[in-house]
Amino acid sequence: MSETLKHIRYVLTENPVTLFAFSLFGFILFCALFGPYLAPYDPLATNGAATLQPPSGAHWFGTDALGRDIFSRVLVATRLDLGIAFFSVVLTFAIGALAGIAAGFFGGWVDRVVGRLADTIMAFPLFVLAMGIVAALGNTVGNIVLATAIINTPLYARVARAEANIRRNAGFVEAARLSGNGEARILLMQILPNILPILMVQCSLTMGYAILNAAGLSFIGLGIAPPTPEWGILVAEGAAYMISGEWWVALFPGLALMTAVFCFNLLGDGLRDIVDPRRRT
Amino acid sequence: MLRLIGKRLVGALPSVIGVLIVTFLLTRALPGDPAAFFAGPAATPQAIEEVRRALGLDKTLPEQFVVYLKDLARGDLGNSIATGQPVLTEIRTRLPASLELTLYGLLVSVLIAVPLGVLAATRPGSWIDHLCRVMTTAGVSLPAFFTGLLLVYVLYYRLGWAPAPLGRLDIFYSAPPHVTGLYTIDALLAGDGATFRAACAQLLLPVTALAIFTLAPLARMTRAAMLEVLGSDFIRTARASGLPKGKIVYAYAFRNAMLPVVTTLGMVFSFLLGANVLVEKVFSWPGIGTFAIEALISSDYAPIQGFVLTMALLYVALNLAIDILYIVIDPRVGFES
Amino acid sequence: MSAVPVLSVDSLSVEFRTRSGIVKALENVSFAVNKGEMVAIVGESGSGKSVTAFTVMGILDAAGRVTRGTATFGGLDLLQAPEAALRDIRGREMSMIFQNPRVALNPIRRVGDQIADVLLQHGNVTRREAPKRAIEMLQKVRIPDPERRARAYPFELSGGMCQRIMIAIALACSPKMLIADEPTTGLDVTTQAAIMDLIAELGKDQGMATLLITHDLGMAAEYCDHIVVMHAGHIVEAAPTAELFAHPRHPYTAKLIAATPKPTVSLMDLAAIPGNLPDLRAAEIAPCRYSARCERKQTRCDQALPQVLGDVKNSVVACWNPL
Repeated sequence: MSETLKHIRYVLTENPVTLFAFSLFGFILFCALFGPYLAPYDPLATNGAATLQPPSGAHWFGTDALGRDIFSRVLVATRLDLGIAFFSVVLTFAIGALAGIAAGFFGGWVDRVVGRLADTIMAFPLFVLAMGIVAALGNTVGNIVLATAIINTPLYARVARAEANIRRNAGFVEAARLSGNGEARILLMQILPNILPILMVQCSLTMGYAILNAAGLSFIGLGIAPPTPEWGILVAEGAAYMISGEWWVALFPGLALMTAVFCFNLLGDGLRDIVDPRRRT
Repeated sequence: MLRLIGKRLVGALPSVIGVLIVTFLLTRALPGDPAAFFAGPAATPQAIEEVRRALGLDKTLPEQFVVYLKDLARGDLGNSIATGQPVLTEIRTRLPASLELTLYGLLVSVLIAVPLGVLAATRPGSWIDHLCRVMTTAGVSLPAFFTGLLLVYVLYYRLGWAPAPLGRLDIFYSAPPHVTGLYTIDALLAGDGATFRAACAQLLLPVTALAIFTLAPLARMTRAAMLEVLGSDFIRTARASGLPKGKIVYAYAFRNAMLPVVTTLGMVFSFLLGANVLVEKVFSWPGIGTFAIEALISSDYAPIQGFVLTMALLYVALNLAIDILYIVIDPRVGFES
Repeated sequence: MSAVPVLSVDSLSVEFRTRSGIVKALENVSFAVNKGEMVAIVGESGSGKSVTAFTVMGILDAAGRVTRGTATFGGLDLLQAPEAALRDIRGREMSMIFQNPRVALNPIRRVGDQIADVLLQHGNVTRREAPKRAIEMLQKVRIPDPERRARAYPFELSGGMCQRIMIAIALACSPKMLIADEPTTGLDVTTQAAIMDLIAELGKDQGMATLLITHDLGMAAEYCDHIVVMHAGHIVEAAPTAELFAHPRHPYTAKLIAATPKPTVSLMDLAAIPGNLPDLRAAEIAPCRYSARCERKQTRCDQALPQVLGDVKNSVVACWNPL
């Protein structure tokens, strides 16, 4: 264990970018947890006297057309955006990892069925499929989570399948088999923990994509309804003002969105270095 | 080679069937009772029953699927409630606008990403390598709709270099005579230079936004593939044979490195078609994405189904084209035991 | 035999910069190859024999750096020459063939074109003649049905066939010198002999100097006039083949000969060489890099390594306590 810790410390000190990504992640997490208590204004409170104010000491990110404080809205939105992404990744992980591992471990018809399902999802441009799913199941936050989870699942299942397939006849699996463990038990107790690190890397990369996807869906008016603050909606609300020069309305939520995605992408690359130093990019 | 291409065509069939089943199921998954949904909120129980029969919703699922396929074969995708037009007509008139955006986006993206990746790989550690790395990490983090808005602010509002983000042509121009539906090409065919320039001006910002978004995976893949190929044994042979650097990089390494890059194109198209919808909204582009968004907001179901189906079939076709391209450039395909 | 050698390497030292420190891959390596002669460099993997070949060809990995020495070829020091001059020499005056021929050829280019590329590059032929000359080369390396094979891709050919193509590429411009880096690795046994016979024969025909890099002492004995034994980046012994086998003087050479299977010995007699190669990243490496594995080690072995001239001409042994 101390070997692992040493290696983690080595990667962090060796690569300042990864350290930066971890600190950024800490900061975003902090905003998600405590944002609502720290916001200087009520994110929903309108103020007719201070509409479309540019950034100032009182309103760091300016105000929108209804006089709402954009800083507070962006800050409060962190929890919702991160939450959607988080739950969709958990769902993806649960479905994708299990289906993939089962496919790689058992092979045969399980493999064929999982492969066919994954191929069918992959036959769609993913964002378009997500639009279709939300439209069909209903315009709710839950369905955004579900749709985002579904489109990310094949990628996950593939990684899990490949990794499980390599290990299906590995020494430690044979050993477990010989000591009388059932196949399902081997799958959960031996294979899953073994490929967990690789899947965690995938998790981080998927987080970024999930945030982008959810924000994209709400940008076109699916899922979350205004006036709930959410980055995609905030950008959509500010879109019209770009043409008339009120840049701050869309810029700050867009930057927040970008920073979060960027953070998870960097984090994924960094985690990959920790988990598998050979696959450095 | 023809036999191989035929094989790929047959291989695409399961995808098409999968797409048909999923799009069919999407309409049957409508929340609550689809018949009540289509009949409207004020409908009486009898009216709902009528709608149910009219839509064939009283039949079993397999029967409904057969009806759905028959309708599709006749080109019947239903009617749009909002416009009253057949969905097929709407999609057919709007598809060229989307295609023009997608294709130019891909073209620009490839023209920048591939040389960037090659240069980065041939000069590891140089400024261009660092630029490539920054762009690939930042590029995938930039949502296309946000980039689009920034471009609008800077290049339209601030600098005035680009026209207003309102559709395919400035109101002073009329669309060129319809040949391909792509304004730039139709304008050139008609010999209308002014319209061509105007169409290009409108394309400038949305195409840039799309290109920035799709550049990242392409440049990343090109760089990685080039690095891998440049480190391979046959490149060492070429160097030991005294071949010049240019010949080694382009005739030997580049052609080999393009194989994995072509494979990545499939994923890039998936990104591109999705981002297209968002960019269309930002630039009021009259494509099928905007059409679908309008339908989504008014819960107009047939257009959404038609849109998802069109995009998916387009994507299957693009993937098929990529497979065929691969067969053409890699002599090994089909020979592996 | 007072003629100037085709290639003479003198006091060559090479280092590699790696993430875990500097590796002293070669130290003070000297040897020469004469016209019409075949010289072998023999050693375990990691002994520096391929690094020597790559350094001479000027195709060393970017992390490698020559810190000392010269490699004189046709009056030119290859280690100092500008890249353009080297490029002109490579493939025309000095060629190289590699191990694993199937991956050493461009997988998506027809083999005839790959031969033609070299011919065209060195200006021996016109664009029109090139394909014909490529086919002639295929004939020369005894590939049956050369017209058809010229249009084949490497994946359509066997490993032995691919190595013949490699030889055709290397010899296309009739070079003065050929470096063969483990040319039979990855081929089956019967093909190995055929390939080595072909190299030896073509070398003789053209009066070429050949440097054979191999871990197979038996093969070196069969084909080479002179053998250089390397261990951990040092030359431990060099001598004419017959002399080396008759009187090995370095303990490592003796072990190596004892470990080489001969038809007459049983597997039981094969002596394994104890220990491993030393870690060349260490700041302090023992002057004799074999001393840790050596049964004849003495106290003076910790002093600077001697270069004792052997009893016969052109032989050298680096040992305080030779056999």
